[in-house]
Formats: sequence, structure tokens, C-alpha cells
Amino acid sequence: MTVAMNNQTTLSRPRGGSFKRDLIGVIVIIVFAALGYVLFPDNLALLTRILAVALLVLSLDLVTGYCGVATLGHAALFGSGAYAAGILSAHYGINDPFLMTMGGIGAGAVAGLLCAVIMLRAHGLPQLVLSIALIYLFHEFANKASSWTGGSDGLAGIMPDAVFGIYEFDLYGHTAYFFGIALLLIVFVLLRILVRSPFGMLCRGIKEDPLRIRAMGASPNAALTKMYVISGAVAGTGGALSAISTQVVALDALSFTQSAEALVMLVLGGTGSLFGALAGTLIFMLFEDYVSAANPFHWLTMVGVLLIAVVLFAPKGIYGTAAAYFSRRREGSQ
Amino acid sequence: MSAVFEVKNLKRSFGGLVVTNDVSISMAPGDRVALIGPNGAGKTTFVNLVTGTIPPSSGEVRLGGETVTKVDAIGRVRRGLVRSFQVTRLFQDMTPAEHVGLAVLQRSGRAGRLFGSFLTMPDVMAEVSELLEKLGLAELAHRKVSEIAYGQQRLLEIAVALALKPKVLLLDEPAAGVPQSDTGRIEQALADLPKDLAVLMIEHDMDLVFRFAKRVIVLAAGTIIFDGLPADVTKDARVREAYLGSYAHASHVA
Repeated sequence: MTVAMNNQTTLSRPRGGSFKRDLIGVIVIIVFAALGYVLFPDNLALLTRILAVALLVLSLDLVTGYCGVATLGHAALFGSGAYAAGILSAHYGINDPFLMTMGGIGAGAVAGLLCAVIMLRAHGLPQLVLSIALIYLFHEFANKASSWTGGSDGLAGIMPDAVFGIYEFDLYGHTAYFFGIALLLIVFVLLRILVRSPFGMLCRGIKEDPLRIRAMGASPNAALTKMYVISGAVAGTGGALSAISTQVVALDALSFTQSAEALVMLVLGGTGSLFGALAGTLIFMLFEDYVSAANPFHWLTMVGVLLIAVVLFAPKGIYGTAAAYFSRRREGSQ
Repeated sequence: MSAVFEVKNLKRSFGGLVVTNDVSISMAPGDRVALIGPNGAGKTTFVNLVTGTIPPSSGEVRLGGETVTKVDAIGRVRRGLVRSFQVTRLFQDMTPAEHVGLAVLQRSGRAGRLFGSFLTMPDVMAEVSELLEKLGLAELAHRKVSEIAYGQQRLLEIAVALALKPKVLLLDEPAAGVPQSDTGRIEQALADLPKDLAVLMIEHDMDLVFRFAKRVIVLAAGTIIFDGLPADVTKDARVREAYLGSYAHASHVA
């Protein structure tokens, strides 16, 4: 649908307003958030945990889904954010939730830079192994630096102030939930802008063919490092949210298990799409919560079966497969 | 005119095997040179040496008067040495507009921008439209590359290369794998390349070579055995021997 208008070299814009899709995304998040609030008023802690993990999975999607870097150590970025926010409060008495979040963002970004410098020296399987080595090192560091982190006892004594001096972090988790929703919405909108930007396009190119990108005069490693820092900031936001909402940081925030689960959630929802990352997190964590309560002995079996089913029958992930199905139907009906 | 691209005594050996032996080439702006040679003559290695993908054992590469032998591949692209690929290396999920847009953004130092879209940058879009229209791809601007024909993908390769505003363009078999019906379009695109651009084309198809090139260089066993006018190349005894030799060898193997 391209029209060249009277000698003027003008291409029409592609179909489908991206702004409209942003708006739909924001509305969907708000609707789900409201539904969660209404349906599970006693379970806001779980919902807030989902929000924090969603930020981790979004962050992972940036490097894995958009740039093609496979990693099993992404919780290093999340955990760094959680510990930074927690340490600010527990050791320095900086209890403002916004400052704590900023601390988490900063620490996540620094951890992202560190991981990028080490991981981007390798490709493929060696890169994956480096990511595992990194998460073990982060975990061990947090374990050994127990005077700062509380070690295996966890970091306690986190006491965030009221948001805007009005909304206390209450026992029921109302404030934490709304704080988390607000963070997720802000991050979601910023990431939508990012993935559409020239830089987002460059990263998609790197994922497909780094050599081609080099032949265009751009450095894939420089771009990936930048994306890792951004990804770290996003994961750090999630970590900070986790520290603020639970008021404790445990070592498993920095664990291999957390990293692997994040990757599982991303694949479940669909890589390379922000909606996929969100859907995967929501489905996995609700499923895990529901099945583990319904059948505490076999819930891991059921999670395993779900994963195999998705990978075999919906290899693009649940959201990715659904999106492909609907876009085919739309094209078919035209 | 002064040389925009110079290769001086370029040598490269892998172990004991010399694949590029003392190759020297000089090109001026506007030159149309074809590099030909039988299989195994060292054309690919030559391209890799020139683009900086592999370092030479000795010798020098100069670009616009500057020695770039120590400059890496990315740096050479930024200095105006751009190549196209023999097998198209395009991003299957991206559109022609995005390909050219990305190249323009990269050239103008804006590929790292975290916000906005090239679709709303008038200067970038003007260039994208101009290039795609010039190569007859405007209709397909917003289709995915995986949905467009191979001949059109080859044209897009050329569009991407031109969007980087090169001083020297290395075309690696620009018509390879294109159905006969589409080669005319590609030849037209080659004929329309900017007049001041120095073009070095690596090609097997002798018809295309004769129509395009004003000068032919023949590489055999890593050495230049002929550098002159297209009209003279078939009369050259060494060239005939090199090709005949390789065919004789090939039939022997077969």
C-alpha cells in the first residue's frame, strides 16, 4: 500500500498504528491489575511478586528475545537491584521508596554492564555457561558478604517510608501492589518506545545477523552492552519492587533457579514480545500458585507437562502463537 | 585522478599455503572494475583482506589516501568501504524500508537513539524513499523481506550498500542466483550507480562483466595475471590457460 505522490518521493506509513497498540497494552495491564485486585484481595502479596518477576522477565526479553543472547544468569541483575534497594534502607536509612527504586535501577544497570563485559566475549553455548558462572559468583558473593546482605538469613530491616508521605506500606500489601502496577506501567511504556526506536531496530538486526550489522558499520558488541545496561535497569526495578514490597531480600533473588524460571516464563509466553513476557510470567506464576496449592506433591510434574506441551505445540509461546493465529485470520478475512 | 582505493603488495598465507600473493590494485572514483578468476583463485580471501575480516600477512590497504590496514572491518565501513554479500544477508523479519532506514541512521550516527522512529524522521524517510524508488522497491517498502522475491532482495542489498554512502563499493556476485528474467533490473541498477563511486565487482557471469566493467582484473592462484581492458582479456594467453587449466582440472576431478 505504497503510494508515490506526484513526483514527490513519499512512502506511505505502514499499516497498524503502534500508538494504538501501546494504548491497548496499557489498558490491558490496568484491566488485569484491577481484576487481580477485585478477585484476589487477600493475595496481593502474590500479585505484587508477579509484578516484580514480570519486570525481570521483561528485562530478560530485552537481551534474549530482542538481541538473541541466551542467558541462565539474569537474576544477577534482579538480585543486585533487590540488594541495593534493601541495603539503602537497612544500612543507610534511606527509606524513600523512590530513592530505593532508583538505587535498584542503578545497581541493576551496573550489574548488567558487568555481565555484558564478561558474557559478550563468547557466543552460543560458552556464553550460556558464562552466564551460569556469573549467577553462581553473584550468589556466592552475596552469601559471603553477610554483614551487608545478611547472607543465608536474608536481609532484614527494610522499612520503606510511605509513598508521597501518605500511603504506608500496609500489612495487606495495597500500597505495594499499586506501587508495583505504577512501576510496571512506566517500564512497559518506556520499553515500547525503546523496541520501536532506531536502537531497537539495530538490536533486531543484531539478533538475526551480527555480521551483516558489522558490514553496515555498527558494532554489535557496543549495542548489546548498551542493551544489557538498560536490561539491568529494568531488572533492578523489579528487584527493588521485590525488596520494598516484601521488606526482605533472600539469597534466592540472586539464584540460578530464579534465572532459569525467568527464562522458562519468557519461552512460555513468547520471546521477542513485551506482551509475551508479561503473559508468560502471569500464566506461569498463577499456574504454579494454583497447582502447588491443589496438589503439593505433584505440582512440579504438572508444571513440567505444561512446559513440554507449550514447547511442542506452541513453539512461539502462548502469546506468540495466539498473536500469529489472529494475524493469519485477519489476513485471511481480507 | 588520485586513487580512492589502493591495495599494495597484499599477501596472505594460511600455514604454508599462499592464497593471496603480492596483489596490488589501484582504483579512482568512478572506476568500474570487475574481478574475475577461476574457482579457488583467492577472490573470497581477497575480499576478506580488503574489508578487514582477516588481517594480511603483509602489504597495505589504503582508503581515500589513508592506510587502513590496521583498521577493523567496522572502521573501514565507516570510512566508506562497503560490501554487498554474494548470498543475500538481509534481516528476514524486517522490511526494505527498515533495512535502508537502519543503514541511513547508522551512517548519520543515529542508530543508537532510544526513542522515536525513522518513519517520523523526514530526512531519513526522504532518503529511504529515494533509494527504494530508484531500485524499484517502493511498492514493497513495508513488506517483510521473507515475502519478497530473491531478485528484489538482491536489489535491496544494493540499496542498503548505497544508503551507507560508500566511496568504494565491493559487489560480490550481485546477480548470483537471480532468475534470468530479473537480471535486467539488476544490470540497470548497476548502470545507475553513482558516477563518482568506485565499484569493484566480483563476478562469474562474463556477459555481465563485459557489459558493466571498463576494466577487468583476473586473479589466478592468488596472483593478478591480467589487469586491463575487457576487450583484451579473452585474448590473453595466461588468462586462457588459467581458465582452461581449471576446467581441465575440474573435468578430471569429475
